[in-house]
Amino acid sequence: MSTTDTAAITVANLRKQFGEFEAVKGVSFEVGAGEVFGFLGPNGAGKSTTINMLCTLLTPTSGRARVAGHDVVAERDDVRRNIGLVFQDPTLDGYLTAAQNLKLHAELYGVPTKLVGPRMEQVLRMVGLWERKDGQVMSFSGGMRRRLEIARGLMHSPRVLFLDEPTIGLDPQTRRSIWTYIRQLQEREEITIFMTTHYMDEAEWCDRIAIMDQGQIVALDTPERLKAGVGADRVTLQTDDNDAAIAALRERLGVQAQIAEGAVTFRIQAGEQFVPRLFAEFDPARNPDLPAISSVSVSRPTLDDVFMSFTGSTIRDAEEDPSKLRNRVMMQMMGGRR
Amino acid sequence: MTATADPPLDPTEVVRVHVPHRSARSELRAIKIVWRRELIRFVNDRMRIVTSLVQPFLFLFVLGGGLQRLASAGTHGVNLKTFIYPGILCMTVMFTAMFSAASIVWDREFGFLREMMVAPVRRSSIVIGKCLGGATVAGAQGVIVLAIAGLVGVPYAPGLIFGALGLLLLLAFAITAFGLSVAIRIKQMQSFMGVMQMIVMPMYFISGALFPSSGLPTWLTVLNRVDPLAYAVDPMRRLVFAHIDISAAARRALDPGIHWWGWRMPAVLEICVVLLLGLGLLAVAIWEFSATE
Ligand SMILES: Nc1ncnc2c1ncn2[C@@H]1O[C@H](COP(=O)(O)OP(=O)(O)O)[C@@H](O)[C@H]1O
Ligand SMILES: [Mg+2]
Repeated sequence: MSTTDTAAITVANLRKQFGEFEAVKGVSFEVGAGEVFGFLGPNGAGKSTTINMLCTLLTPTSGRARVAGHDVVAERDDVRRNIGLVFQDPTLDGYLTAAQNLKLHAELYGVPTKLVGPRMEQVLRMVGLWERKDGQVMSFSGGMRRRLEIARGLMHSPRVLFLDEPTIGLDPQTRRSIWTYIRQLQEREEITIFMTTHYMDEAEWCDRIAIMDQGQIVALDTPERLKAGVGADRVTLQTDDNDAAIAALRERLGVQAQIAEGAVTFRIQAGEQFVPRLFAEFDPARNPDLPAISSVSVSRPTLDDVFMSFTGSTIRDAEEDPSKLRNRVMMQMMGGRR
Repeated sequence: MTATADPPLDPTEVVRVHVPHRSARSELRAIKIVWRRELIRFVNDRMRIVTSLVQPFLFLFVLGGGLQRLASAGTHGVNLKTFIYPGILCMTVMFTAMFSAASIVWDREFGFLREMMVAPVRRSSIVIGKCLGGATVAGAQGVIVLAIAGLVGVPYAPGLIFGALGLLLLLAFAITAFGLSVAIRIKQMQSFMGVMQMIVMPMYFISGALFPSSGLPTWLTVLNRVDPLAYAVDPMRRLVFAHIDISAAARRALDPGIHWWGWRMPAVLEICVVLLLGLGLLAVAIWEFSATE
């Protein structure tokens, strides 16, 4: 764990109240320099509200936060000079070309004129859009726009890059490529990345994640440790006689199994070490009267299991309302035509 | 679309830039780029250039041409198109400026405003850039209408061209500032357009852009005197009429000027009124914009 002077982000008891409603209920955490830190939580958990306070767009109701060594309330401008932002909703000018969008950003941030060109080439190459630099943004696909926004957020070499749901609404392949860019970027630019997502599988890309639910951080650790905390792996067997298999598992191996979706399934610590024991026992040469196993699979606990164990519900229960997604797509389309 | 076809990252040095502290120079750069953006968008949007010329041309050639026969008795032989031409110049600039100001509503609706709001620059720089951008774009549109002066019997005298250009830019600036002060408070395009229809159309008609501002019914005279646009239309008409050859009677009837208790306001004073109003509205817009979170 990093100490305070090397931390890129330090948050202490940060709260945000909207009228009667408390969207963020006092969160505290630290993000070390160079870390990829993720906020994972269902919609409405308070992720965007937290990010907006950290990037000086919202004033906290109480608590303190320092980003890149500066207080987000008292040293707003210094924070802004040192952070890059990719918002949850698109913020490109569709009428301008990719290069013009970046140029505008560089001018607003006062990037030295000599460096605007080289830096632009570098960030555009990084996200694979250099060849499209003179294309009007309204002709870009959703994934290209996201990548361009990431490139723009990097134009002024920020020390901390905030990404609010950078992959929302994109297809799985594009999501993966965006993550590849983010990881490459982190290696190359020595930058701290703070991002939010409500996709469980994406949180795996982060060095550490904080699970947020209803305005609070319920767990914070590396994905591996969080999953290890849940413990047992899940083992699933296909057999020719499930009931006999369950009985044999109970009597011979002391395992409580059950049938789910036509297969025998049970949880056990260190599942892959259990499999050799299982086959030794179910070996037809040794115990010909036991049912034959046709397949076996061992799966690690997922972050879904982690989320479930901390909040008592699955993240998908609070998953995005489909009508909201449709609105977003509409907005993007209109953005292109404006 | 993925970028799998792109070559792997080149191993050259990372170009690292440093964002300087805020200074007068960085604010000027911000103003300039916001201004530039308005121009780029205007040039890219040819549709808008054309559509915002439809209305002035309709008024000038259809209304002006159509009412000519009815009006000839009252215009002392002056072509109605020539008479309303200064008013049409103002109209072009006004509506273009309004649309430019509306872009801040679009920017908010489509998120781009946030990109500007989080930049380490003053909010006032953004508003000033927008205002100058809107004024430039509207001025450019005015130049197109200025270019057809010959078609309505107005000569291409250098004094007229430059004078008119100056007045157009001034009016465009004031209207953009006004539009911005309204647009910053409004979150939806439809409401903005509604408000504008309700304010700008009446202001335009009352200003005397399409009729002489003397001998009107009392209620209309009063409204005309308090309509700020009247103070932009009048110098424009004076300027155009100073360059055309007409009888003294026609001049008295068609270019009466704005009178307060029998005293004709000098053009310089009228221009000052418009300029001060524009600056005041710009200040209001900046104040409003700085107060939004
Ligand atoms: N400006 C606001 N005014 C009132 N409530 C808000 C505002 N912004 C967010 N909220 C509420 O705060 C909660 C958290 O929102 P948000 O931070 O956007 O969640 P997330 O990004 O995790 O989906 C939601 O219930 C949302 O409705
Ligand atoms: Mg959010």
